[in-house]
Amino acid sequence: MERKTLFRGWLLPAALVAPQLLITFVFFFWPAGQALVESTQATDAFGLSTMFVGASNFLALLTDPDYHAAILRTAFFCVAVTILAMAAGLLFASFANRAIKGRFLYRTALIWPYAIAPALSSVIFVFLFQPQIGMITNLLARFGVNFNYTANGSQALALVILIAAWKQVSYNFIFYLAALQSVPRSMLEAATLDGARGLHRFRTMIWPMLMPTTLFLSVTNIVYAAFDTFDVIFALTGGGPGTSTDMLVVKVYRDGVINLDLGGSAAQSVLLMAGIIALTALQMRLTRGRAT
Amino acid sequence: MATLELQGLAKSFGNTKVLHGLDVKLDDGEMLVIVGGSGCGKSTLLRLVAGLESPTAGRILLDGKDITHVDPSKRDVAMVFQNYALYPHMSVFENMAYGLKLKGMPKAEIAKRVEEAADTLSLSALLGRKPGQLSGGQRQRVAMGRAIVREPKLFLFDEPLSNLDAKLRVQVRADIRKLQKRLNVTSLYVTHDQVEAMTLADRLAVMEQGVAAQIATPLEVFARPADQFVAGFIGDPSMNFCKAVLCAGGHGAKLAAGPEVALPGEASWGPEGMAVMLGIRPQHVVIEPGTGPLGFAVALEEPLGSEALLHGTLPDGEAFRIRVPYPAPQATALTISLPAAHLHLFDAQTGKRLEIA
Ligand SMILES: Nc1ncnc2c1ncn2[C@@H]1O[C@H](COP(=O)(O)OP(=O)(O)O)[C@@H](O)[C@H]1O
Ligand SMILES: [Mg+2]
Repeated sequence: MERKTLFRGWLLPAALVAPQLLITFVFFFWPAGQALVESTQATDAFGLSTMFVGASNFLALLTDPDYHAAILRTAFFCVAVTILAMAAGLLFASFANRAIKGRFLYRTALIWPYAIAPALSSVIFVFLFQPQIGMITNLLARFGVNFNYTANGSQALALVILIAAWKQVSYNFIFYLAALQSVPRSMLEAATLDGARGLHRFRTMIWPMLMPTTLFLSVTNIVYAAFDTFDVIFALTGGGPGTSTDMLVVKVYRDGVINLDLGGSAAQSVLLMAGIIALTALQMRLTRGRAT
Repeated sequence: MATLELQGLAKSFGNTKVLHGLDVKLDDGEMLVIVGGSGCGKSTLLRLVAGLESPTAGRILLDGKDITHVDPSKRDVAMVFQNYALYPHMSVFENMAYGLKLKGMPKAEIAKRVEEAADTLSLSALLGRKPGQLSGGQRQRVAMGRAIVREPKLFLFDEPLSNLDAKLRVQVRADIRKLQKRLNVTSLYVTHDQVEAMTLADRLAVMEQGVAAQIATPLEVFARPADQFVAGFIGDPSMNFCKAVLCAGGHGAKLAAGPEVALPGEASWGPEGMAVMLGIRPQHVVIEPGTGPLGFAVALEEPLGSEALLHGTLPDGEAFRIRVPYPAPQATALTISLPAAHLHLFDAQTGKRLEIA
């Protein structure tokens, strides 16, 4: 049974929801509306005149090969981050689920990255991968690998994928650990007596039990990688070198704030917003289907 | 099919000793039922035999081979868990087929075996369902089916009936017995329910605090319990005990409640003055209105249908029970006698059964 509270009159309920509504309005509806309006306008380079251009910003975007490239790049980035972060989260969760001694320390250490500010985590990785003095750069140099993410686009892409995934591992770890702990022990024991061991037991017993969590995390991770990695990428590469790490969220900023194409940038944000709404709806549907 | 032998099997969890060294041997096709109170180490024993725990000491021999350190997946042992432990994401068919698939058995043969087992257990109509769509009794049967299709060397049953309602339990109990006899698979069955134990067992092991107090056939355990614990545990309603000391040269006993009673047999039971515990089952007590040597004050009558159980006390305040045919005599004070043939004697110090040649 849901608990229902009945209010008399309208003043108190209105006062109770007002702060939330105000916040949503100021930080969401207003800027979103602004973006919608701007996406139908063109502004000259000096910001002196503005005119209504209808859907032409969108048409320009949809026919722009650069934009197509950015979509593909972002899709690749999302898939790579999601797979990497989820695989690592599951792996660590399996270890933590088995570990008995030092379990607490292990979990704490794994949850830490989540608490670090995104830009700061990029700084940590800069220390490690800085082209001249980074620790790992030097290590790689000993094996004859020349690592310079400021010049080499693939290396830059690999590095932002690594950092973005690293940030998300904790989140996946927590969800997978909870899911693993709810796998009934006696069921696994029954499977063992039936002759199942190791990876086979994992694949036929544990993995199916993790399916709802995996589905949920897939969407969450994709949403994260697509929309929530601006700070990580921008702090490390700013989208470069060239366009090699220019994901959609970064491109919005570069086109609008740096290149001052406000109309085009606004149209991009509207498309991004549509994307995020679609994914969130999917995620809500997935979570609602789960008996939690 | 195989023999199973446990030699000095012991298990501790940290400082907690659960099993203190168990010695028992099961013949080929035998059903040994281990009965004991909750927490006495029954599940632990089965888990040791299955290989899900490793023993602190002792050996496990299956068919003469030492399997103490063999991986559980390689022991060829099937267990019916107390909570059934079905695979919730698999259909009834897949639940039963899982172990066979792992053995690499051809698909056609798997299907044949599973269908046969399903037929035996009246599960044929349910093969496509998931465990979540089954009733408790049906789940129990799937758990049984999963064990029997594998045709293992050994069955382990961990209180498989404890989650069923009373009526179903009687039914399934009989089914398990029939099935086990027909398949002739050596089985170790643990339960806290002594009726279940009596009805299912070829032999019975009564566990008390990590040791087997007695291992014998159910009738032997009932007729000649090895100690006071077993005597009190087996039999419903449970045996009455009265303190007494030997008298008349060891041919009689003087009850703490007053009178002297004659003891069975020709020989002496021990030196005069030795403290003993007399035991008699409630159904063996005889009511002799007016002439019985021992007084009994009735406190409560429990009708059981064709019989009634009288709860009350002896003159010294000792609690005592009598089972009589229905209707019970309507009196608050009765006189009773304890027939010598039905008396059990236990050493008051050690609790061990006393025997005379
Ligand atoms: N993994 C374990 N760790 C510590 N103690 C345990 C463990 N398993 C069982 N025990 C203890 O061993 C005793 C016997 O347990 P168990 O074999 O489950 O009893 P039963 O099945 O007869 O009810 C109990 O006191 C229980 O607390
Ligand atoms: Mg148990």
